[in-house]
Amino acid sequence: MGYDLQLRVWRGDAAKGDFIDFTVEAEEGEVVLDVLHRLQATQAGDLAVRWNCKAGKCGSCSMEVNGHPRLSCMTRLSDFDRAETISVSPLRTFPVIKDLVTDVSFNYEKAKEVPAFAPRPKDPDGTYRMMQEDVERGQEFRKCIECWLCQNTCHVIRDHEENKPAFAGPRYFIRYAELDMHPLDTNDRRTLTDKQAGIGLCNITKCCTEVCPEGIKITDNGIIPMKERVADRKYDPLVWLGSKIFRRGE
Amino acid sequence: MTDIERHAYDVVVIGAGGAGLSAAIEAHQQGAKTAIVCKSLLGKAHTVMAEGGIAASLGNLWPEDNWQVHFRDTMRGGKMLNHWRMAQLHAQEAPDRVLELEEWGALFDRTGDGLISQRDFGGHRYARLAHVGDRTGLEMIRTLQQRAVQLGIDVFMECTITQLLAGNGRIAGAFGYRRESGQFLCFEAPAVILATGGVGKSYKVTSNSWEYTGDGHALAVRAGGTLINMEFVQFHPTGMVWPPSVRGILVTESVRGDGGVLRNSEGERFMFNYITEYFKAETADSEEEADRWYEDKRNNRRPPELLPRDEVARAINAEVKAGRGSPHGGVFLDIASRRSADYIRKRLPSMYHQFKELADVDITAEAMEVGPTCHYVMGGVEVDPDSQASTVSGLYAAGEVAGGMHGSNRLGGNSLSDLLVFGRRAGTYAAEYAASLGGDRPRASEEELAGFERTALAPFSEEGDENPYALHKDLQDLMQGLVGIIRTGEELKQATKQLDEMKERVRRVTVEGGRQYNPGWHLALDLHNMLLVSESIAKAALERQESRGGHTRDDYPTADPEWGQLNVICREADGGIEISTQPLPEMPEELKALFEEK
Ligand SMILES: Cc1cc2nc3c(=O)[nH]c(=O)nc-3n(C[C@H](O)[C@H](O)[C@H](O)COP(=O)(O)OP(=O)(O)OC[C@H]3O[C@@H](n4cnc5c(N)ncnc54)[C@H](O)[C@@H]3O)c2cc1C
Ligand code: SF4
Ligand code: SF4
Ligand code: FES
Repeated sequence: MGYDLQLRVWRGDAAKGDFIDFTVEAEEGEVVLDVLHRLQATQAGDLAVRWNCKAGKCGSCSMEVNGHPRLSCMTRLSDFDRAETISVSPLRTFPVIKDLVTDVSFNYEKAKEVPAFAPRPKDPDGTYRMMQEDVERGQEFRKCIECWLCQNTCHVIRDHEENKPAFAGPRYFIRYAELDMHPLDTNDRRTLTDKQAGIGLCNITKCCTEVCPEGIKITDNGIIPMKERVADRKYDPLVWLGSKIFRRGE
Repeated sequence: MTDIERHAYDVVVIGAGGAGLSAAIEAHQQGAKTAIVCKSLLGKAHTVMAEGGIAASLGNLWPEDNWQVHFRDTMRGGKMLNHWRMAQLHAQEAPDRVLELEEWGALFDRTGDGLISQRDFGGHRYARLAHVGDRTGLEMIRTLQQRAVQLGIDVFMECTITQLLAGNGRIAGAFGYRRESGQFLCFEAPAVILATGGVGKSYKVTSNSWEYTGDGHALAVRAGGTLINMEFVQFHPTGMVWPPSVRGILVTESVRGDGGVLRNSEGERFMFNYITEYFKAETADSEEEADRWYEDKRNNRRPPELLPRDEVARAINAEVKAGRGSPHGGVFLDIASRRSADYIRKRLPSMYHQFKELADVDITAEAMEVGPTCHYVMGGVEVDPDSQASTVSGLYAAGEVAGGMHGSNRLGGNSLSDLLVFGRRAGTYAAEYAASLGGDRPRASEEELAGFERTALAPFSEEGDENPYALHKDLQDLMQGLVGIIRTGEELKQATKQLDEMKERVRRVTVEGGRQYNPGWHLALDLHNMLLVSESIAKAALERQESRGGHTRDDYPTADPEWGQLNVICREADGGIEISTQPLPEMPEELKALFEEK
């Protein structure tokens, strides 16, 4: 049942690095992360790789497998031909720390720019009443496991380091969208996304949606509606004013 | 010591799961200068994996639910070994903490009236778990994380604390390293809150991640603190069993809460054969009654699949032993034949995804194969129930690392609520303590720091022959085999002996490579903690000569009322663990009265 897998792993640090070939034992049902762990335990004790849940829930184990951004714990070896060499490399958009681990602090910095959630007052009985239909739109975005695969894929920053300061990236566009759609929140974030988050730089290629392991429709359900509203609002301030006043009363 | 990076805070929280984040938010709100330190990136702690929900008697679906009922369920689930005061505070405060999460932006699933929906779980009399599909932990950690970021609390990600600093029996701070660079760090702080989670990585089949090496437990013991209830390890009845690489990954109890049933290879719903005297009065004795319960809880009793976890795990173990297991050594968990595909996908989206992606099983069409997996440690740092203060001044513990709350067995959903309630309490009292000291703060000694640095670097210079990964595997095999779900005195003695040998071996561990992001080195250091915790579990298990909750002794198969009055305590002596017993705190009469009605 077991077989010898040809694995090509990028090893190195910020200064230099290269792909190294390994032959690792693989078993039926295994995922890429399993063979990386076996490699660590038997041939490369200091191989750097992030992981936590091994079940696609924490978003730690992101890397590029044959050049495709993937969660390595959810990438099954059975998706590849047994004779094929599988190559794994660190996320390209972020600076390498060591081996498969990159410096993703860009994302944590962008998180700090999102303004605080500001709920309306509670109902008189001390609760908040919200209907399931109304929370579901926001819930879709809250499925995000912060794997940064969409951030890694988006060409606005993948190929243009200079855009990073002005561009929050798809993960944060859906965060702004989520707050905007939150039945309790009172902030108006459309200005913010346009001004600070740089949604204008997005040209709706949908590459982010394609790589999202949670299947979040980042572009269709998040970015496009936000863009439309930003446009609306720029066009006619009264529309925005109206929507702000009436939104709570709906 | 020029190459140690220095920081000074009032309160340092070790851990960024639900407990650590709650504690830090509260300490910060109390005005303390607060830092969070965690081994992984922010938002990746174990809490993110929790699926089922947060137990709180909101009474949104069952107005008859209240803290007294929740308290009673919790104590009975823990076979009365819980610290009554913790169980009381937990049941009383959980609803407010859940509502607070909502105020901070959490979007829970709703009832028809627009309130927070609640789901059924094992051992809870009423549907009580606030949830978001089967990704409740993600919602919780993200809400707390976003709150902490908005408050501007300093977070030191991917830093591991290896030692606590103590001056004259009082906490002076914590010492550790940055995983990214290997750089050493020293936090000077008079109050430290341990929120490091559990110990499951000492077992082979576990739902726990690499982080669960019992660091907080070990740090507390080394600083002179005590551990309580360490013999009680929860084996969750339903982990995945196939394929081998996913063995142990959790299958949420919500599958059963939402209608799933357990069957053996003969197709029998075997749980009806395992209803113990203790739970007879409240458990259905026919399939018809059990099935009616989902619709009409007032006139029917609960299905036996929803007995507390220890009962279900033992039953599965017994079925497999008797040769009635599934092809890969588990039993069948079937929801496909009982609920519509739509319902399953809606209620259990991440389970659907997990089985589809990892095991090629469509849970809307076929049964899952499941078996017990090491999931949670009831034992932990002995703390004061109100303040979460340990026996060492300035040291606090909250969440899974703290002991007492869950007694001998934890009910599902009671952990997430525990994190919120006691995380916040630890934050309040740690901030208060730090403020009360004024300028009189204990200081770390430079000599001590130099020693810590040497210890941490030892695996690089050691001329040993031990590989950290190999030793870790041996430890996991040992704990799984000899200190697992069913135990005997003979095997436990053997285990402590073998653990002594491993303590010798760990000194000879050497690692390759440098200090920068080196998992082999990290593991080499974590192994010391795992060994100390494993020794605590094995010795406490040997001491307790009865079976209760998460501790089953083949040689003492029943519960013993005398042991029911005692806690087992672990403390450090001569580099090893010393065991003693101490009587349980006495429950006040008005709470005792809650157990008289059926
Ligand atoms: C798959 C799964 C599903 C679960 N489902 C539920 C559920 O539905 N309901 C429920 O109530 N419970 C559930 N539980 C249990 C519950 O999730 C955990 O008990 C709980 O999340 C633990 O939280 P915590 O805050 O104590 O620790 P964690 O969330 O594990 O956080 C520990 C933190 O400590 C840090 N840390 C550890 N050691 C160090 C160190 N040496 N230095 C620095 N930082 C350190 C880690 O990096 C991490 O940030 C589940 C558990 C699992 C594994
Ligand atoms: S749709 Fe926009 S955000 Fe998404 S990848 Fe394309 S440019 Fe980037
Ligand atoms: S939106 Fe999807 S791809 Fe992007 S970080 Fe979240 S889970 Fe990952
Ligand atoms: S390890 Fe958590 S998503 Fe892969």
